[in-house]
Amino acid sequence: MSQKVLLNATAINIILHRLACQLIENHNDFSNTVLIGIQPRGSFLANRLAEVLKTDYKIKDLKLGLLDITFYRDDFRRGDKTLAANSTEIDFEIENKKVVFIDDVLFTGRSIRSALTAIQSFGRPDDIELLTLIDRRFSRHLPIQPDYRGRQVDAINEEKVKVHWMENEGEDCVYLVQN
Amino acid sequence: MSELSVNHLLGIKYLNKQDVQLIFETADHFKEVINRPIKKVPSLRDITIANLFFENSTRTKLSFELAEKRLSADVINFSAAQSSVKKGETLIDTVNNILSMKVDMVVMRHPNPGASVFLSKHIKANIINAGDGAHEHPTQALLDSYSIREKLGEVAGKNVVIVGDILHSRVALSNIYALKLQGANVKVCGPKTLIPKYIEKLGVTVETDLRKALQWCDVANMLRVQNERMDISYFPSTREYTQQFGVNKELLDSLDKEITIMHPGPINRGVEITSDVADSKQAIILDQVQNGVAVRMAVIYLLASKLKQ
Repeated sequence: MSQKVLLNATAINIILHRLACQLIENHNDFSNTVLIGIQPRGSFLANRLAEVLKTDYKIKDLKLGLLDITFYRDDFRRGDKTLAANSTEIDFEIENKKVVFIDDVLFTGRSIRSALTAIQSFGRPDDIELLTLIDRRFSRHLPIQPDYRGRQVDAINEEKVKVHWMENEGEDCVYLVQN
Repeated sequence: MSELSVNHLLGIKYLNKQDVQLIFETADHFKEVINRPIKKVPSLRDITIANLFFENSTRTKLSFELAEKRLSADVINFSAAQSSVKKGETLIDTVNNILSMKVDMVVMRHPNPGASVFLSKHIKANIINAGDGAHEHPTQALLDSYSIREKLGEVAGKNVVIVGDILHSRVALSNIYALKLQGANVKVCGPKTLIPKYIEKLGVTVETDLRKALQWCDVANMLRVQNERMDISYFPSTREYTQQFGVNKELLDSLDKEITIMHPGPINRGVEITSDVADSKQAIILDQVQNGVAVRMAVIYLLASKLKQ
């Protein structure tokens, strides 16, 4: 197994600021927008991005929620293991809001498909956008593309993209792992 | 640990501590789901569940059916009263006929103890015991423990007294197994005639003085007097039972602490507990009912995930 660094801490920081600015360009003061981190891995990126928006760009009253998609997945009973759920924390209205899904890696698009179904349980959003740190091109199973992307990566199916966060793994880094 | 150690839920006796923990953690997520504007998830849309009720039930049947529907399973209902059981069909024949219609799981309530264990040995589907005679009622015990955990933070180390007809109660037996498994201290309290001999072997203590039992406990689970299972007279009169083992507001107020009151339902108001107790803040009877749906969703979801495609 070998691994290669795709993004280091500095690069991640620059990308976070760029993504924050792109979000502000489209959503102004976020008064009608909510950010939704997709559990489990999207929550780290969502929290980090919210932090940048609040402290560096002075966005007040930013609404951030976490959405678990376990019960909406299309591979229930198809793998070897039972899918373990995570918590969903959405304590605000979704109805008529602009929703931005946030996830770390966009691969097959199946998680986002599940998230699109899951979010309907909370109401009918005005529109839904997708922000992702890593976009693995050419690996999509479904017609889903990100509206905001940190870095586009061409990786073959046997390779894996791993995103490490300071608060979870002790470093900010994105690796390309080859088995 | 994200998988149950069993393929059927026949009784708490067959579960381990990790199973109970997993069911509770999964139920936490489902409790959040059933408080959403749209209370339904598509997980079990390719699963069919048969609810076989050979004995009357309101709460359990509705609760199971709701849990199944909230998981998007297809549901068929069967009650013995309107069926060919009356014509002399055997249990295995009845169930096999239903299973040949491609049913994946069976939820069964039956008046005979051990009916679900028997069935699990003879048919292929996953079975959930929804009460078998005076044997076990595992989902009730799970939702009772879940409600204690929700109200008091944890079950381990808590003092729980089960009051009433222990002899005929499947709720009592399943609760004793579940509470002991999680490290709670359990006492049973009731007329001597309604407490089985050798119950101490299960690791519980016996108390015949209700006031002493209540003074000791953090939670009192009040059982219903099951007149339909009593073939002989176990106590002189309902009035005398109420005087000795009924809980009323004055009794609760005279204790030097506030205890939690539970009841598996249906309540005989004025017999085991008075109305002012049943409707008081100390009673978590309706929380138990709400938690019942979430806990049953968790059990069905976890067992269904063991049905491989």
